[in-house]
Amino acid sequence: MSKHDILLEIGLEEMPARFVTSSMNQLKDKVQTWLNEKQIEFSEIIAYSTPRRLAVWVKEAAESQKDINEEAKGPAKKIALDQEGNWSKAAAGFARGQGVAVEDIFFKELNGVEYVYVNKFIKGKPTRELLPELKDIITGLNFPKNMKWADEDLRFVRPIKWLIALYGEEIIPFSITDVKTDKISRGHRFLGSDVVMHSPSKYEELLKEQFVITNPEERKQLIINDIKELAQAQNWEIPIDEELLEEVNNLVEFPTALYGKFEEEFLELPEQVLVTSMKEHQRYFPVKDQKGNLLPFFITIRNGNKEHLETVARGNEKVLRARLADASFFYKEDQRTTIEASLKKLQTIVYQEELGTLADKVQRVRRLASQIAKKINLSEKEQSQTDRAAEISKFDLVSHMVYEFPELQGFMGEKYARLKGEDEAVAAAINEHYMPRNAEDSVPPSVIGSVLSIAEKLDTIASCFSIGIIPTGSQDPYALRRQASGIVAILEQSKWNLTFESLLDMALDNIESEGFAKRSRTETHTELTHFFKMRIKHLLNEQNIRYDLIDSVLENEVGILSELVERASVLEAKKNEPEFKGSVETLSRVMNISNKASGHVTPNPDLFENEYEHKLFAAYQKTVESYDQQHNEESKFDLLISMKTEIEEYFEHTMVMAEDEKVRNNRLALLFEITRVIRKFAEFNKIITG
Amino acid sequence: MNIQNMILTLQKHWSEQGCILMQAYDVEKGAGTMSPYTFLRAIGPEPWNVAYVEPSRRPADGRYGENPNRLYQHHQFQVIMKPSPENIQELYLDSLKALGIDPLKHDIRFVEDNWENPSLGCAGLGWEVWLDGMEITQFTYFQQVGGIECKPVSVEITYGIERLASYIQDKENVFDLEWTNGFTVRDIFYQPEYEHSKYTFETSDPDMLFQLFNIYEKEAHRQMENGLVHPAYDYVLKCSHTFNVLDARGSISVTERTGYLARVRNLARKVAKTFYEEREKLGFPILKKEELSHE
Repeated sequence: MSKHDILLEIGLEEMPARFVTSSMNQLKDKVQTWLNEKQIEFSEIIAYSTPRRLAVWVKEAAESQKDINEEAKGPAKKIALDQEGNWSKAAAGFARGQGVAVEDIFFKELNGVEYVYVNKFIKGKPTRELLPELKDIITGLNFPKNMKWADEDLRFVRPIKWLIALYGEEIIPFSITDVKTDKISRGHRFLGSDVVMHSPSKYEELLKEQFVITNPEERKQLIINDIKELAQAQNWEIPIDEELLEEVNNLVEFPTALYGKFEEEFLELPEQVLVTSMKEHQRYFPVKDQKGNLLPFFITIRNGNKEHLETVARGNEKVLRARLADASFFYKEDQRTTIEASLKKLQTIVYQEELGTLADKVQRVRRLASQIAKKINLSEKEQSQTDRAAEISKFDLVSHMVYEFPELQGFMGEKYARLKGEDEAVAAAINEHYMPRNAEDSVPPSVIGSVLSIAEKLDTIASCFSIGIIPTGSQDPYALRRQASGIVAILEQSKWNLTFESLLDMALDNIESEGFAKRSRTETHTELTHFFKMRIKHLLNEQNIRYDLIDSVLENEVGILSELVERASVLEAKKNEPEFKGSVETLSRVMNISNKASGHVTPNPDLFENEYEHKLFAAYQKTVESYDQQHNEESKFDLLISMKTEIEEYFEHTMVMAEDEKVRNNRLALLFEITRVIRKFAEFNKIITG
Repeated sequence: MNIQNMILTLQKHWSEQGCILMQAYDVEKGAGTMSPYTFLRAIGPEPWNVAYVEPSRRPADGRYGENPNRLYQHHQFQVIMKPSPENIQELYLDSLKALGIDPLKHDIRFVEDNWENPSLGCAGLGWEVWLDGMEITQFTYFQQVGGIECKPVSVEITYGIERLASYIQDKENVFDLEWTNGFTVRDIFYQPEYEHSKYTFETSDPDMLFQLFNIYEKEAHRQMENGLVHPAYDYVLKCSHTFNVLDARGSISVTERTGYLARVRNLARKVAKTFYEEREKLGFPILKKEELSHE
């Protein structure tokens, strides 16, 4: 059978750079799925994309679908044959339906019953006839944002300008909006011209002649090579930011890197301001020297060739100069404002309609931060630093610079606080209190930054829950999940002697006392605890702790989070030891029976009837006295396990559910007390030992 | 090329593309989009091709004539074509060539930028056009205007005239731009820039402005009830500008801000709806005319 290549190209007005790669992959996947569903064999499929086009080249697509040879099952044999052994109406009807004669019927057993079967042959349709269905693949592409244009009803990422659909050298006929498929592609907007694709295999090559690099990886490599060449020639260090590279790669069809410069005096601006101006606003790559210091140069990627690079560089320099002059002006203006004046402005900015102004927010954070600082026994000095850092944590939000560059919040606060003569630790904490800013970011390096970060995030989460803003599914507009994960990470790493429950109570007390809570405390508390436990679960999952072990440590109070995490690791480490199973089962047995106890009653040794009860009671007393003094979670585990013999002997010789109610209740009381200690470690009966 | 010649060139170019050349609309506004020639005419099925220069007032950007890049009032060259022509990007690029910008010597890119004006219930998708890294044009396919879905879709091209001129004339300071032979922007606009800044930030009377806002708003509603869209819309524009002055003056707190914006938005939506209804009553006359000429 002969085979032909397929070429599909959708020509568009410039797509948003952030959609290009995903749309290309989507087109490729959809074409591939379609070919497989239609049983059209092919050898390979290659996808291309630029800002103005999405394309696929399918190599060696079969001329027709695969023929189908299959067995079709009919009625049971006893229905297919009448009493005389002749074909029944049912059998005749089945054969007719399958397009065969009754003579073609054969029998086959299925689950002990004989059925009639025929061999069915379906001839595959010619691929040529099916290919116009590619139209539906194109119109069925999903984009994060669609638009309409002119008089058309189609919603698409950007207006469609041309379509190529070829099978071999033949055009696959269809049209979308009023664009008909053809074999003419367009070259680079300024450097190239229209080009006829006589056959799919020439796609890449012919467009390259028209200054379009259709293979995105090749384009990327060209950019990297260009940048490296510049770096080498000038003895520069040019860090290549992957995200920026991906974006600029999808802003050009024919990339050429060039450099421009800016006035050295702008280097006095904070590095982050310079980098943000260059990267975020202009999509430039900043340039550094070998020691990592910023240099007054930048790299931009032009959509064009090496002609007139100086003009392009001069234009870009002019734009950057204006931006940096603005930034410079803001930097100076901001320094003329006092911190106190900025704090006053916070009173006029609404944080959240139901949660008051930013000043209200700062007030709550300040109180919570001070409470935490006290609880974890920070020194007097650190406590006052924490308080000051909390007080001025948001003052930079009203600066010109943060207004212009919102992503610099916290960072500018630190800079300005230092310039205003604030304590170094206070200044650093202002920036740190936003950390971790994302899943990859680290936790605040200083203890003051950590306290402030927790206070700020916890107030945000708890206050949102208090007014009913709770993330559901993919809806989390205030990024509460990310912030909760931040708190969890800080608590895990800080190892403070501070329970999660007390932290939550402090936050909720503050919100309530200020009158911001709109829902019942219990409801909010339950939901918050669940919400945080999900984040902890996520963290433990990432540490590859087995799920049932995670459940066992999360069943009860969270307590000190770093200890909880350690307990989970101890269980994970011990789970494959030979004695683990027995130990868990023994402890679980105590827990399970103690369910029958009516509650906390102190066991009375006078009611013990055998020595094993006394022995277990002694073991229990030893454990309960020293449990909290253990230095790590592993020794706590060992301590619990040390009761194993006593427990087992106890069960062997003692009938817990004794007839005498007093004796029975006393026995249950002892087991209940032991369970209370065991629970401090984990809910062992959640652990799967089978 | 001086600004006057730039305007003449753009007018000639778009006039050749079939645009009606109009003059600026005579009520204060923050952007060319707010002219009734755009805002109202983008609504409904009637074709509309128009180009005009729009002086646009941004009270908050007033800098007493001291900032090289910011102005209380700048100029936009506005083009609206409905339905959006198939070759609109090419027509636009030709206009740059007409201004002496050779694409082969520069780096011209279409960078995603979606435009939204919640106070007018408007949303559109498109790009900012970059010339060697400088944003010189806003290029938008209107999707919604005054809360009404656009059908057909208009394309709006907004050139920032001073921006573009500072590039073409290679000037760092907007006041040094040559308007026409012997006259710079400074000669013509420095004094009003200074005075409007002083007025906006220092001498304007917020109490009076608040009163005016209420009066304008009431009148807009009253005229809409009479089905008089254009007088009503003039008062909407006045509301919007009055709000902008108050906002720049710092007289509107954050909480109030949301409320005032919502009031302007309600007006704009109501005007849009009324305009559609009034045109419908008239039988969409421009549409009829087009159909006749095609028969």
